[in-house]
Amino acid sequence: MEVTVKEWYVKEGDKVSQFDSICEVQSDKASVTITSRYDGVIRKLYYDVEDTALVGSPLVDIETDRGQEGSPEEDVVETPAVSHQHTHQEMKAQKAQATPAVRRLAMENNIKLSEVVGTGKDGRILKEDILNFLAKQTGAILPYEGEQQVVQPAVRRTTDTTFKPDKAPAASYPVAAGSRPVFTGKDRTEPLKGIQKAMVKTMTAALKIPPFGYCDEVDVTQLVSLQKELKVLAQSRGVRLSYMPFFIKAASLGLFHFPILNASIDEGCQSITYKASHNIGLAMDTPQGLVVPNVKRVQTLSIFDIAVELNRLQSLGASGQLGTADLTGGTFTLSNIGTIGGTYANPVILPPEVVIGALGKIQVLPRFNTQGDIIQAHVLSVSWSADHRIIDGATMCRFSNLWRSYLENPASMALDLK
Amino acid sequence: MITRTVRHMCLGTRSHNRWLQLRFHSTSPAIFEDVGKAGFIIKSSSTNVFENLALEDWIHDNVDLQKRSILYLWRNSSAVVIGRHQNPWQECNLRLMRQMGMPLARRRSGGGTVFHDLGNINMTFFTSKKKYDRHRNLSVVTSALKNLRPGLDVQSTERFDILLNGQYKISGTAAKLGRTSAYHHCTLLCSADRSVLSPVLKSSFQGIKSNATPSVPSPVKNLFDEDPTLDSETIMTALACQYNREFGFDSPVHEVDPGDEDCWPGIQKMAEELRTWEWVYGRTPKFSVCTDFHVHVGSSNAKVTFNLDIKHGIIENCSMDMPTEWLPKNVSDEFSSFLKGCKYCPNEMAALVAAFLRATHLGTESSSRMYCLCENVIANM
Repeated sequence: MEVTVKEWYVKEGDKVSQFDSICEVQSDKASVTITSRYDGVIRKLYYDVEDTALVGSPLVDIETDRGQEGSPEEDVVETPAVSHQHTHQEMKAQKAQATPAVRRLAMENNIKLSEVVGTGKDGRILKEDILNFLAKQTGAILPYEGEQQVVQPAVRRTTDTTFKPDKAPAASYPVAAGSRPVFTGKDRTEPLKGIQKAMVKTMTAALKIPPFGYCDEVDVTQLVSLQKELKVLAQSRGVRLSYMPFFIKAASLGLFHFPILNASIDEGCQSITYKASHNIGLAMDTPQGLVVPNVKRVQTLSIFDIAVELNRLQSLGASGQLGTADLTGGTFTLSNIGTIGGTYANPVILPPEVVIGALGKIQVLPRFNTQGDIIQAHVLSVSWSADHRIIDGATMCRFSNLWRSYLENPASMALDLK
Repeated sequence: MITRTVRHMCLGTRSHNRWLQLRFHSTSPAIFEDVGKAGFIIKSSSTNVFENLALEDWIHDNVDLQKRSILYLWRNSSAVVIGRHQNPWQECNLRLMRQMGMPLARRRSGGGTVFHDLGNINMTFFTSKKKYDRHRNLSVVTSALKNLRPGLDVQSTERFDILLNGQYKISGTAAKLGRTSAYHHCTLLCSADRSVLSPVLKSSFQGIKSNATPSVPSPVKNLFDEDPTLDSETIMTALACQYNREFGFDSPVHEVDPGDEDCWPGIQKMAEELRTWEWVYGRTPKFSVCTDFHVHVGSSNAKVTFNLDIKHGIIENCSMDMPTEWLPKNVSDEFSSFLKGCKYCPNEMAALVAAFLRATHLGTESSSRMYCLCENVIANM
């Protein structure tokens, strides 16, 4: 009877314990996991992946303390060997006793129960035993955490400054998304590959651009109440409306007056190309890394249209399905760091563009009105970075002022909407 | 040991478990705990393919099957499930599945690719390794069907398929054997959507060379097509009865929730693992892609030959051949080197291409050609 070796879990030189999985073989639509009968070191694998093995012939050599012992291939498929009685009994004696909750704690921390000394009844492993084991490994006393709060990665929320001023911001500390970190105490080196390599290249190219920064504050009190109203209307049309569509449209209106901010400079710095289309990108943090999907031809879109596009890009981004068409062709970028936190930033210009704007969080702050009274204002901080080779401070400042005026007085956008 | 703790976990902590206790008053809520019983039938209340597969794994890993056997009945909403050692690019139309939002799952047992939807019943027979007998399990299925409809021509074959009228496959089998226990699972086509089944199980990718287990396509038919009075619920009840009859058990059908972490501790993590790209795609045995395509940009066109070696779902080697006047060799070489180490996945590729195009200074013409080339490469993922 023949089987095909499909996968090895060990290689020559590996240490194995009794009952560790050694390999996976396939026979006749059945997948069989073959486990080790001994504690020892793997000395020889008799087959490669995809080789055909005969049942009964040697599979692997394991060197135990008692000396070299050939391990005949475990029974496969139809013929349960009598010797299994023996191994079965051994298993009962050796299987670590622990409640499911303790097993889960061990699993989460990648701990083998067989390595933990149980101090409970009959050698049962208790929660304290796992914690002690961990403490010994890391040299620290670990507080026992309850249910791990998993923070959703910022993919969905990057484009939405839904900071609600009436909610007192809790003193929440950032929790890294994902599972509990495993402490190994060892350095780890990996080569950069794929997307990381591409990112390095992009950022190295970005460094060639001499940037200058310009920051400002925008009073978005009126925008906040407008968005609140329009949100309901958009909802009735099945679309989520955040602040981003307003920021994007205002930027596009500004670009009509300052087209040099929607341009690109060639490699030799010999010519500038003024791009006709305002393809405004949104920096998004996804599992693949930083990607910048963009909304095409914003100059032809209404705020509602922009919201629809954003919804589409956000759901694609969340499910990791953004395509090249959406990720390329951007001419101007906005990065909404405010959803994660922060006010001012030093964003890096993404070539071949020449400007990038980072939007901080909207904070409720005291400000003076024209009568000199203190009022509550919703304040957004913005940080622009621009390519100083072709853009000067005055241009950036004027563009920012125009953009700001549209947002501080949203009704003025209606005058210039195309 | 573990079974005692299952009862401790199930009792009292969640209100629906109390309800379970009341509903099945005659049997213990810790369904596997009842010492007198040697056989148990459970039915999943979930139609999530990953949760259901995770429960299979959980039972296989945690339940002592030396003295008890279990029949597990489950159905999934539309999904494609490939065997442990198969190549998804070879087996199904990934592009169509992505468009339809249909998930792809890789199970831990061997065998071929199947399409699941609510019109397909899955059943898993858990036994000790000694009691592992696929033919006997399949006789449970054929007898159950014949008891329901005596005229029905259903027969199991040597290859562990079940054929309707001697030619149409209505059931396929796969199995997994561990150290001391085993499970045999099979499908049963009751009323699956064949208009979706066919296109989804046709690979859309060219040029794949692989040693992965290939599926053997067969003509299929639904039991519903043969007899419209046969629906999934009726059949599942009949299967449960026949299982009891065949093995001399008297278990009622217990409904279980495979998402219940209290009942099955660690199961959420198992379901999560089954969802990861690393498991679904990364477990594909080594394969290579050799293909060529014609790229048209404006008035220019070129033939590009493409060779990729992929291991663990990651591109290990990449080489591209195209006329040097069409795209500068240093650009295509650099692009090839960037592809190395990238997942063979259209989304990663899209992000990589976007970053590459940003960082590489190309004229408008070259940019469009590069973009077009990338689109073709991604289309084959």
